[in-house]
Amino acid sequence: MRRSAIAVAASLIVLAATPALAQHEGHEGHGGAHAGTSTVEQPEADEQQPMDHSAHGAMDHSQHQAMDHSQMDHSQMDHSQMDHSQMDHSQHAQPADRPAHDHSQMDHSQHEAMDHSQHAQPANQPAHDHSQMDHSQHQAMDHSQHGQTAAQPTHDHSQMDHSQMDHSQHAQPSAPQDIPYAPPPPSAGSGPARAAEAIWGVEAMRESREELRKNQGGQSYGAVRFDRFEYRAREGEDGYLWDADAWYGGDIDKLWLKSEGEGSFGEDIEQAEVQALYSRAIGPWFDLQAGIRQDFAGAERTHAVLGVQGLAPYLFEVDGALFLSTEGELTASAEAELDQRITQRLILQPRAEISLSAQDIPEAGIGAGIDTIEAGIRLRYEFVREFAPYVGIEQEWKLGDSADYARAAGEDPSVTNFVVGLRFWF
Amino acid sequence: MFRPDLSRRTLLKGAMLSGGVLAVPAWARGQSIGMGDVRRGFDEASGPAIDLHVAEGMHTVGKRRGHAIAVNGSVPGPLLRLKEGTSVRLAVHNGLDVDTSVHWHGLLLPFQLDGVPGVSFPGIPAGETFVAEFPVRQSGTYWWHSHSDLQEQSGHYGPIVVDPAGPDPVAADRDYVLLLSEFTPMHPHDVMRKLKTGEEYFNYKKTSWTDDYPMSGEQRRMWARMRMMPTDILDVTAPAYTYLANGHGPDDGLEYAFRPGERIRLRIINGSAMTFFNIRIPGLKLTVVAADGQNVHPVEVDEFQIGTAETYDIVIEPQTAEAYSIVAESMGRSGMALATLASRPGARAAVPPLRDAPLLTMADMGMNHDLPGMDHGTGSGSAMDHGSMDHSAMGHGPAASDTGGMGAMDHGDMNMRDVSKLPPDVKVSPGLDMVSSNPADRMGDPGVGLDNVEGRVLNYRDLVALARNDDPRTPSRQMEIHLTGNMERYMWSFDGTKFSAVSDEPIRFAYNERVRVKLVNDTMMAHPIHLHGHFFELVNGAPEGFQPQKHTMIVQPGGSATFDLTADEPGDWAFHCHLLYHMHSGMFQIVTVASPEDAA
Repeated sequence: MRRSAIAVAASLIVLAATPALAQHEGHEGHGGAHAGTSTVEQPEADEQQPMDHSAHGAMDHSQHQAMDHSQMDHSQMDHSQMDHSQMDHSQHAQPADRPAHDHSQMDHSQHEAMDHSQHAQPANQPAHDHSQMDHSQHQAMDHSQHGQTAAQPTHDHSQMDHSQMDHSQHAQPSAPQDIPYAPPPPSAGSGPARAAEAIWGVEAMRESREELRKNQGGQSYGAVRFDRFEYRAREGEDGYLWDADAWYGGDIDKLWLKSEGEGSFGEDIEQAEVQALYSRAIGPWFDLQAGIRQDFAGAERTHAVLGVQGLAPYLFEVDGALFLSTEGELTASAEAELDQRITQRLILQPRAEISLSAQDIPEAGIGAGIDTIEAGIRLRYEFVREFAPYVGIEQEWKLGDSADYARAAGEDPSVTNFVVGLRFWF
Repeated sequence: MFRPDLSRRTLLKGAMLSGGVLAVPAWARGQSIGMGDVRRGFDEASGPAIDLHVAEGMHTVGKRRGHAIAVNGSVPGPLLRLKEGTSVRLAVHNGLDVDTSVHWHGLLLPFQLDGVPGVSFPGIPAGETFVAEFPVRQSGTYWWHSHSDLQEQSGHYGPIVVDPAGPDPVAADRDYVLLLSEFTPMHPHDVMRKLKTGEEYFNYKKTSWTDDYPMSGEQRRMWARMRMMPTDILDVTAPAYTYLANGHGPDDGLEYAFRPGERIRLRIINGSAMTFFNIRIPGLKLTVVAADGQNVHPVEVDEFQIGTAETYDIVIEPQTAEAYSIVAESMGRSGMALATLASRPGARAAVPPLRDAPLLTMADMGMNHDLPGMDHGTGSGSAMDHGSMDHSAMGHGPAASDTGGMGAMDHGDMNMRDVSKLPPDVKVSPGLDMVSSNPADRMGDPGVGLDNVEGRVLNYRDLVALARNDDPRTPSRQMEIHLTGNMERYMWSFDGTKFSAVSDEPIRFAYNERVRVKLVNDTMMAHPIHLHGHFFELVNGAPEGFQPQKHTMIVQPGGSATFDLTADEPGDWAFHCHLLYHMHSGMFQIVTVASPEDAA
């Protein structure tokens, strides 16, 4: 006990010796420190009818902690004609360029429990300048002493025009604003950071510098994914389908391999293709992909590919590509799928795909125009992200000439598949 | 004078009580442990010369077991107990088969001893020893960790406590360390690869048809349209992580002894790779007395959030209850680290359940509309007529706001990525998926998910330095650095450019230059930004001369935070987001402080 008594005494001495601390005694529970300004009320507001805050050019409310607005009366406020249509709250780094109403330095960001519900401010103040107001540390503001309320029962804000309001410098710290944005002075030096080389030697640092560069954003990654790998039950012979891809590379440039194929059991494979694509990020969400496609079944062709793959608004995964074959045939396909989480692991995935062709390709059974449309829905369960069995149903239609080709070959242009499969990646 | 308990005996007692770990290590100190099991918890190492042996081992927490990197045979590694005003010689012996390093996080020292391979030194090759000998110029609570590859995730970290040369302004009867971290049996490279592969691999709190998040259909569609997740709170979560208190899982039952009425100093260190924690001790007030090792004017709170790499010292005074739970809930509320203040061995208090997962808000998108607790209404305001307000051309972007009256606003022209709002030195690239259109100064924010909890929560504006800062100058210039990212691609950077693309273009300061640095967060994640080798002052509205000093500062989602830096430690220093996988993705830069000779 004696030991701790000494310690307490020591700490008291330290406290007493620190004037700024002494000043804070009793403010501890209020969530911030007082900057020394203690003017909360604005008594002149009582008398001045068109309230003029223009003299308050450098008001600093930033340390107010117990302001109470609760008695202000806004009960008859009518904002019905307010036009905020040109308000711009957006440009946070603009130099002050202030029209009559300029709240550009206001920062209300920390209001907690602010209640202005009974506000009673006069309207139409012509030279209202709050430009240096900073309310950033208000907690539980109480303006109850403003006293202007009773006299102004009917407040009409109906002609207020906020159309030129500029809140542009919203989030400035409360400290001086005259610190210039500037580059480092010449004495800061220039060129790469090489201080360690002067100590350890250029050669000794070389490898670690390269490692550092590579390890903070310069890595390559890769993955292999089977999006659909499934058994398809349908009228006639049941079939199978795979739809897989693999990628490797950095954040911007990647190599993609894609493969799709399908067929019916007991028959020759109907369709099989592999694409090899160079992929480059062209925006936050989309990659541009170009390369070649080789078909291994049906009408065997080699195609040039140009496509776009990415994530569309509303989280649709989309992939669209144009194919130009060595025979000069132009075709296209586009697909979209969407993960709908029923639970964290049970996911319903609608999916649609459309294939188009610029011309008839009889040996492939493709007619000009819309070739096929597929629409399906799959329900998967993610035991882990990498392993998700699914069941689903998919409808496929051949249209136009493609349908005719199908009928001529003795096939139904409309096929319904009940599918069971596995989605997995590694 | 007061420190009877920050001793090996107390700390080991904690370990012994917690699941039968051996009290006496089987290995001889200073020898490689090979691939044997590592111990949970740490010893204390002190004196003028300390040896640290880095080696691989297997680590078991609860029912899970995985690869670990241990220092002196334990995870975390030893507590380094240093003394201000003395000189210390720290020898790091690398028993791994790859390079390693140790960064002394928060210690002021010559840059070439700071332990960042490629910045301060070449790294420590396998089998070799690196010696860092330097005078200890400060006191307080710090920590150390590897700065090589992703070794920190594997257990290569430990606490540092520096006792002051003079009397300590913080009086306490007991003095404890609580080092928070995570364990995963997954190799950190796999964690990184899964993050890169996408699908928000570790997030099992996404919105779904069956969730009970208080969101309207309109809000859900708005998030989907933005291609963002309101549940992106932390990138890696439980169950991939087990959260650790001094290396112990929540079921281990780590205990801190107390007697009712004692003043207990608890030095809390967030040594995790990827986790912010919300700290509470139900039934007790927490008096924050130091932040990042620097004494602050005492602030009494009920809860506070600690960002990765931050430290807070608190004083608590447990009273009559026989036990109190020390709860460190992950910010995403997927799990917690747990310890107990116990007046007798085995005493336990109720452990509060995990609270509902938080959701990101308008303010987190950089919209600055969703002001907590703001009351727009009711009472006699009911006569207000906003009926004809026309906000149609307001540049506010999307309003998923909780403010119900805005439901009819036209959000049709929202733009979450208005690059015209960026300064010219921010590169517009695929690595930038969002621009905060109106980034508020959010240094008064308690942290994601703590806007509406019960009790008082600490925020940066509560911090006031205990002693007057020694540099009273107004900064001669200011600069702005944007924190940028792409969640879908898992890219993170400063000013739109990953370190790998700007490794030869450091941020430069003249010697002893005083600069105001504003960090603007153009992402929806909170980033703990750490500058090596310095303390900066938070520009938080503290009285002149008493801005608190820190080495790591959280920049809240969609907001800004500002510090004043006196660049008086010459050399090259790392500057980065301390979320390990963000740094590893490119959110890293080198700060070069010119030498005094250059100033002439």
